[in-house]
Amino acid sequence: MIKKFSWKALFLGLAVFVLLLFVPRYLPRFQVYLFALIFATGLLAVSLNMVLGLGGMYQFHHAVFYGIGAYTVALFITKTSLSPWLGFIAAPFVSALFSLVIGLICVRLSKLYFGMLQISLGSLVWAVVFRWYSFTGGDDGIHGISVPDLISSTGGAYYFSLAVTALCLVIMFRIVNSPFGRSFQAVRDNPERSEAVGINVKRIQLTGMVIAGIFAGVSGSLFVVIEGSVFPELMFWTLSLEIIIMCLLGGWFTFLGPMLGAAIIVLLRTFVGIYTEYWTMILGIVLMLLILFLPQGVLGFFQEKFETDGMKTIREEK
Amino acid sequence: MLLVKDVQKSFDGFRAVNDAQLKVEKGEVVAVIGPNGAGKTTLFNLVTGQLNPDSGEIIFNNENIAGMPPYEICRKGISRSFQIVNIFPRLTVFENVRVSVISYNKRTFNLFSKAENVAVAETEEIIQSLGLSEKAKRISGSLSHGDQKVLEMAIALGNRPELLILDEPTAGMSPEETLSTLELMKSLSRERGITILFCEHDMELVFSIANKIMVMQHGRTIIEGPPDVVRSNREVQEAYLGGEA
Repeated sequence: MIKKFSWKALFLGLAVFVLLLFVPRYLPRFQVYLFALIFATGLLAVSLNMVLGLGGMYQFHHAVFYGIGAYTVALFITKTSLSPWLGFIAAPFVSALFSLVIGLICVRLSKLYFGMLQISLGSLVWAVVFRWYSFTGGDDGIHGISVPDLISSTGGAYYFSLAVTALCLVIMFRIVNSPFGRSFQAVRDNPERSEAVGINVKRIQLTGMVIAGIFAGVSGSLFVVIEGSVFPELMFWTLSLEIIIMCLLGGWFTFLGPMLGAAIIVLLRTFVGIYTEYWTMILGIVLMLLILFLPQGVLGFFQEKFETDGMKTIREEK
Repeated sequence: MLLVKDVQKSFDGFRAVNDAQLKVEKGEVVAVIGPNGAGKTTLFNLVTGQLNPDSGEIIFNNENIAGMPPYEICRKGISRSFQIVNIFPRLTVFENVRVSVISYNKRTFNLFSKAENVAVAETEEIIQSLGLSEKAKRISGSLSHGDQKVLEMAIALGNRPELLILDEPTAGMSPEETLSTLELMKSLSRERGITILFCEHDMELVFSIANKIMVMQHGRTIIEGPPDVVRSNREVQEAYLGGEA
């Protein structure tokens, strides 16, 4: 997880960013849309990894905070006459609030019990959204949401998603490498010892959850910009499972691995989905191969190959 | 400084600690000895909050700390090492120590400064004084057992404790490592003025460093006093020192 700052990485990141700026100019609309979707989904996966990989918490129902972010924007635009931009600012706050409430209840438990309780509480939120026709549109969701003109075109949505995702990644990278990030990793590796050196474990876990919730909310608001609609499936537990798979697939001990995992899943769903509705079968096979041959995830594998990562040393010496 | 009074703790009806008494004055080096299963580790866990006592008082600097969570007790000035190596195996030696220094400096919830530049000098100072400088960049899980035990102490020192509790600091160490650990404990006591409470099976080590010894058996305090008094006590000789001394 610890990725030290290096000029090489910064240069590479900037180069990729500049290349991405030209995507809408040269690629057809559908592919531009796909890229934007990958940014939003990738941001969601990286935000989950803030608690899953960095904090070692079994956040089994992360999609709830994504859905809440999306619904916040959607409801702001359709139910109020306020500026739609306010909706985008409100989304992370509302997600953070839900994270805080669900977190306060869940962090009392640890490991699997934490995850199970979170699934139940998250499903409760989903059920409310699914049934409350007068407010959330129930199982139909809300469609034809008119986002501000600036970001309503495919290109506009793309640039907005790119900018927001890049900004969020930079912030999250800083958090991972902050004293908080290091302490959170220590808690992941050894909660008992962390308490003995004066760290309030429950409080740091709750803080981690709120941070993850904030960024999930942001990615949810990006989804509204890209798709122009929201529906209860955004906070259904199967999506949560998919995000976990993205993290594992890309490498949950790397910072950008989940982004890569998200790209793989979105592309699989899109292109294999054209040929068969059973695209999850292909996903299953890919996952099996992954567990057998790349247990560190795709990016984890390459990082280990090209860098003298700490984990490599420890495995070799054992 | 530390006063343990009538402390009791049972697990499913088994009295692990039953009527334990202990008094530690500032600057002392106090040893707790007793056969396996006498309740030494349980007693330490009660003092540092890993366990809550069923009854009794644990007074530290005029405050009852019995039942407080471990992190609060740590902030009051008690740090500890563990009998079974308890470190952050995936972090480097340096980062292991820095975790506790960051915690001591109350920067655990600092989200945006660079951890790279935080608490470097203090961490280096501790690592150097414990002779771990050469291994600072190693992943701690790959160290030898003896080095990991030393790292245990280094982590505990990161919190700048007034009272340092060491649970069998030399368990599993080679004779050379034991000797250097002994020297280390002496210098911590003399040069840094840290009060030390430890338990140990190595009697030679215990009698060579402790100002005071408390003997436990079946969770009960048999005697508490200076080394010669303890050595000449008949009950102790029968119970623990094998009738000779």
